[in-house]
Amino acid sequence: MDLFIQQVLAGLANGAIYAGVALAVVMIYQAIDHFNFAQGEMAMFSTYIAWAMLNGGLPYWLAFVATVVVSFLGGLALERIVFKPIQNAPALSHVIVFIGLLAIFNSMAGFIWEFTIKPFPSPFPSAPLFGNTLIGTHQVGMIGVTLIMLALIWVFFRYTDTGLAMRAAAANPDSARLVGVRVGWMLALGWGLAAAIGAVAGMLIAPVVFLEPNMMAGILLYGFAGAIVGGANSPAGAVLGGFLVGVIENLLGTFVPWIGNELKLSVALVLIIVVLVVRPSGLMGQRVVSRV
Amino acid sequence: MAALLEVAGLEAFYGQTQALHGIAFALEEGSLTTILGANGAGKTTTLRAICGMVRVRGEVRLLGERIDGRATEDVVRRGIAHVPEGRGTFVRLQVEENLRLGALTRRDRARIAEDFERVYHYFPRLKERRHQQAGTLSGGEQQMLAVARALMMRPRLMLLDEPSFGLAPLLTQELFGILARIKQDEKVSMLLVEQNAALALGLADHAYLLETGRVVMSGLAADIREDENVRKSYLGY
Ligand SMILES: Nc1ncnc2c1ncn2[C@@H]1O[C@H](COP(=O)(O)OP(=O)(O)OP(=O)(O)O)[C@@H](O)[C@H]1O
Ligand SMILES: [Mg+2]
Repeated sequence: MDLFIQQVLAGLANGAIYAGVALAVVMIYQAIDHFNFAQGEMAMFSTYIAWAMLNGGLPYWLAFVATVVVSFLGGLALERIVFKPIQNAPALSHVIVFIGLLAIFNSMAGFIWEFTIKPFPSPFPSAPLFGNTLIGTHQVGMIGVTLIMLALIWVFFRYTDTGLAMRAAAANPDSARLVGVRVGWMLALGWGLAAAIGAVAGMLIAPVVFLEPNMMAGILLYGFAGAIVGGANSPAGAVLGGFLVGVIENLLGTFVPWIGNELKLSVALVLIIVVLVVRPSGLMGQRVVSRV
Repeated sequence: MAALLEVAGLEAFYGQTQALHGIAFALEEGSLTTILGANGAGKTTTLRAICGMVRVRGEVRLLGERIDGRATEDVVRRGIAHVPEGRGTFVRLQVEENLRLGALTRRDRARIAEDFERVYHYFPRLKERRHQQAGTLSGGEQQMLAVARALMMRPRLMLLDEPSFGLAPLLTQELFGILARIKQDEKVSMLLVEQNAALALGLADHAYLLETGRVVMSGLAADIREDENVRKSYLGY
C-alpha cells in the first residue's frame, strides 16, 4: 500500500511537469488547431535564458520573472515573424515550420551554451516537507506552481476582456473581427502565453532532469498525451490530463513488470491513440452543443 | 454635410469572380435603407464589401472618410456594426459573453452596464438565458442575440443581413417590431438587406434593388411600395 501511495505521489510530481507542458501546448492549439512540436525546445531555450541570468548573479525569483517576461515577448515575436506570413498555408507547412524551429532552438542552445549537462537550482528548500519521506519539497512546489498557473489562466480567460477576445478569436475569427477584435494579435498573444507557461514548466523541470538541449525530448510527448487525454482545447483538461498521464505512467511502470522504465514512453503514445479513438474530445474538451 | 455612408463605383471580387459591378448609393444619418434582391444578387457581398471582408475596388466613405481597403476590425471600430448572414453566434460562449464581446472595443466603461439593461429590455428572452451557452438558443433567439450584440457596440450604423432568414412569420414580426423601436429610440442608422421585400419596405425610408451585382432600381420605400408594376415585375408580390 505504501508503495502504491508513493508511486501515485511520484506520478503526480511527474504529472505536474507534463501538465505544465500540456497547458502550454493547449494555449497554441486553442488558437490555431495545431500541436506546436517546438513547444518543448522553446521551454528548454527559456530555461537556458534563466540559467544565464542566474549565472550572471540575479536572485532566483527575479530571474524567474524576467525569464517569463522575455519568453512571453519571444513567443509573441515568433508568431508575428514566422507564423503570421504562413497563416493561410496548409497544415503540413505548419508542421514543417514547427520541426524547423525545434531543430533551430535545439542547435542554437547547444551552440551558445554547449551540450554539456548543467545543474539547475530549485527555488524550494531541499529539506523534506514536514519531514515526510513520500514526496520531495520540489515536487510539491511543482504541483503547486502548476495549479497556480492554471488558476491564473482560468481567471484570465473567464474574467478579462482580453481573455474573452482570445476565446472569441479562436472560436470564430470572422465574427470576432466584426466586433472589433484584432484576431492576428490574439494569436500572437496565445503564442506569448504558451512561451511564458513553457518557460515556467522548463524552470521547474530542469532541477529534476538537469539542463541540456535535449531535456524536453520525451517530456513533450507526455505533454501532448496530457493535452489529448484532457481535451486539447481545455486548459483545465490539459492539467488534469497531465497529472493523469503522470500517475498512469508511474503505476504501470511500477506494477506491470514488463513495462518497467524502458517502455514507459510508449505508455504516452498508447494513451494518445486510445483517447483519440475512444473519445477524441478528451475528458474535458468541449463538444459544441448547437442548434441551427 | 457628408452622408453617413456613401458608396461609389463599388466592385467586389471573390478570387477571380466579380460579384459587384459598380454599385453606388448613399445613406443619410438616422435613416433606414434597405437593399433588396433575389438570391445571389450581391446583397451580402455589398455588406461584406463595406466591412472590408472581400476584395473591393471603388469608394466607401463613412462621414466623408474613405474606409475601403481598411481591415474589418478598423472599420468596425469606426462605428459600423455588422449583423452577418448566419448570425455569427459564438456558440460555445454564454449569451452574456456574446454581448460583452459587442462592447469590447468601447471605452465608456460606465455606460456598458446600462446598455446591458437596455438590450435586455428589447430582448427579455436573452436576459432569461444569459448564462446559457449561446449555441443552445433557437434560431430566432440567436438572431436576436446577433442584433443585441451589435447594439452593445453603440454603433452609428448597423448592417443587417437578412434578419428574417429562417424565422417563423410570427417571430419575424416580433423582430421587425423591435427593429422599428430601436430605430426610433436609438440614434442608429440601418442598412437592411432582405429578401422579404414587403417587410423591409414597411420599415425602410429608402430602397435599392440589386440584380446580379448592379443597382437596377432605387427610390423612396413608400413609392416603391405603392408602385404595383415595380412590385410585380421586380419584387414578385
Ligand atoms: N465566398 C464566395 N466565393 C465565390 N463566390 C461567392 C462567394 N460568396 C458569394 N459569391 C457569389 O457572389 C454573388 C453574390 O452573392 P451574395 O452572397 O452577395 O448574394 P446574396 O444577394 O446575399 O444572396 P442570398 O439572398 O442568397 O443571401 C453570387 O453569384 C455568389 O455565387
Ligand atoms: Mg446573402
